[in-house]
Amino acid sequence: MLEISNLHVKLADEDKTILKGVDLNIGAGEVHAIMGPNGSGKSTLSYVLAGKSGYDVTDGTATLLGEDILGMEPEERAAAGLFLAFQYPVEIPGVGNMTFLRTALNAQRQARGEPELSAGAVLKLIRATAKDLKIDAEMLKRPVNVGFSGGEKKRNEIMQMALLEPKMCILDETDSGLDVDAMKLVADGVNALRDKGRSFLVITHYQRLLDHIRPDVVHIMSEGRMIANGGPELAIEVETNGYADLKLQVA
Amino acid sequence: MDARARTQAVKAELAETLLARHPAPAKGAAWAESARDAARARLLAMGGPGRRDEYWRRTDPAPLVDGAPRAAALVLDETPIFDEVDALRLIFVDGEFRADLSDDPTLDGVEIQPLQDALGADIHWAKGLFGALEAAGQDPVARPLAALNTARASEGFCVRVTGKSARPINFRYLHESETSDAVVRHLVRVESGAEVTILENGPAAARINKAMEIDVAAGATCHHVRAEGRDHDRVSASHIFARLAERSLFKSFTLTVNGRLTRNETVVEFTGDEAIGHVAGAAIGAEGFRHDDTVFVTHDAERCESRQVFKKVLKSGAQGVFQGKILVKKDAQKTDGYQISQALLLDEDARFDAKPELEIYADDVACSHGSTCGEVDEDALFYLRSRGVPEDEATALMVLAFVDEAVAEIDDEAIADVIRSRVAGWLDRRVG
Repeated sequence: MLEISNLHVKLADEDKTILKGVDLNIGAGEVHAIMGPNGSGKSTLSYVLAGKSGYDVTDGTATLLGEDILGMEPEERAAAGLFLAFQYPVEIPGVGNMTFLRTALNAQRQARGEPELSAGAVLKLIRATAKDLKIDAEMLKRPVNVGFSGGEKKRNEIMQMALLEPKMCILDETDSGLDVDAMKLVADGVNALRDKGRSFLVITHYQRLLDHIRPDVVHIMSEGRMIANGGPELAIEVETNGYADLKLQVA
Repeated sequence: MDARARTQAVKAELAETLLARHPAPAKGAAWAESARDAARARLLAMGGPGRRDEYWRRTDPAPLVDGAPRAAALVLDETPIFDEVDALRLIFVDGEFRADLSDDPTLDGVEIQPLQDALGADIHWAKGLFGALEAAGQDPVARPLAALNTARASEGFCVRVTGKSARPINFRYLHESETSDAVVRHLVRVESGAEVTILENGPAAARINKAMEIDVAAGATCHHVRAEGRDHDRVSASHIFARLAERSLFKSFTLTVNGRLTRNETVVEFTGDEAIGHVAGAAIGAEGFRHDDTVFVTHDAERCESRQVFKKVLKSGAQGVFQGKILVKKDAQKTDGYQISQALLLDEDARFDAKPELEIYADDVACSHGSTCGEVDEDALFYLRSRGVPEDEATALMVLAFVDEAVAEIDDEAIADVIRSRVAGWLDRRVG
């Protein structure tokens, strides 16, 4: 599904390299988790994959279903099936959530050569998805993320993911700012979307999210590269002993 | 002759030229002639507008006053904006009222009369109002183009609203002559407890001087929504003078899309307690677009509320100006005054100048003003694009959201949606 090879990335306006040779291969239907201390490059990796400006890829490749995504615009990556659930979803005053969702849904359909959905069909779909995720219909009428609590913002992200039906979902520290109940709701939403044709990359600081979203593979990232790979037990080891031992092993 | 005297001589000569360029209208009743004479005298005393005047420092008035107007071809690529609103249509072509193209000007709850007829009547409700609000609005800032309008306008309407107007009144302006140079004047009195919505739209003339005096009596309501622009070489100077009695409501919104130079001046005076006056506008343009909103609100009564909300979206060398003042006189206690002017610059070639002012003499008021100028929020743009929305469409969504705070000042949702559609149409063509 997603293949990243020897990815090197620096900040566009500074001579500072963030990613120093990331390798990652996520198969169809797999759930991978990336853990790592602050500043290790986890969020940078998610931004670079989604196409955020401000980063220069100096070496390496990233393909989604065999297609090179690094040369694509952010909207092209989305249409190709990539979705990033943001750690801090931005507030957009004045843009209604419903308008935004309808625009995004139809833009992706148009990009894939599918017919646009009528306003009525979109409304029905959005309402049904919101209901499944226990999202208050009032949230749909408000501007995108404006005045949303942390939990509402994250649920809004998961709702977008459910609506847009991407193939590769990246969750960037989706657990941050969530209480246990909200995290369970978010995890339930993710688990409901798991299937053979859809893969997940869950970026997290803590093992607790992985209690709810059981990963197939856990990667540990430090100083811009993967320093350890393993099964779910690796997350428990990190939770128990921290990252220091792993760094020592690598050194 | 010193420099000051020389400047004054040039301004006086310009005033003479302006008066000579626009022929005196057919003689009216004595009271109307008296008002015109007084306006003419005011214009000659203050002189024509010049770049050295503080009030014109940010906008060069030359295209509004120099020679013949530049030819402005009419762009007929859109149906007139308010045609889908059920309104009484009064149509002007090159500044002249065309009864043959217009609806029958009869409307329940409203008396509508062409300006020339009204000013020719010996006894008429317009006596005492025509030119009065314009004259009052000359202090403390000279508005020579408004005085010229009082002195020379022969076209327009006198509208007296005595009840709830059955439909909005739509002044629709067209121009056929590429170099038309028109002066149009409306007078509106909304009697106590009455209610009306006035719409204005269209490119009007290659160069137009338009003014409206609006007297809103106690407990009366006047909504005014205007859409102007379209053809790129049009130049326009408009004045609205509104006087608000106690518990009255006045709301005015203007959408300007393109046009070469547009100067919209709005002068609002609160004379009765607990009145509400909102003035809002959205201006969107590219290239040679010059747009100036100049607003002066005077609070001279207690517990009144004023709002000024102006948004400009500028691109590719377009320039925007906002000059807004809230003056609170010493007896205007409990005044609630708010003013915001914001510009969204879609590229580095656009420019916005703002001059927000508060002058407060009462001690128990809540007044605020703010002005910002910025680019499209990159993080928000990326967020939308990451969901598959193409950059042009994402920018358009952000622009619509940006101007919506001003559009939301329109109470009638159907009319507000018409405005939103027109903005979206412009964005489809121009953003990207």
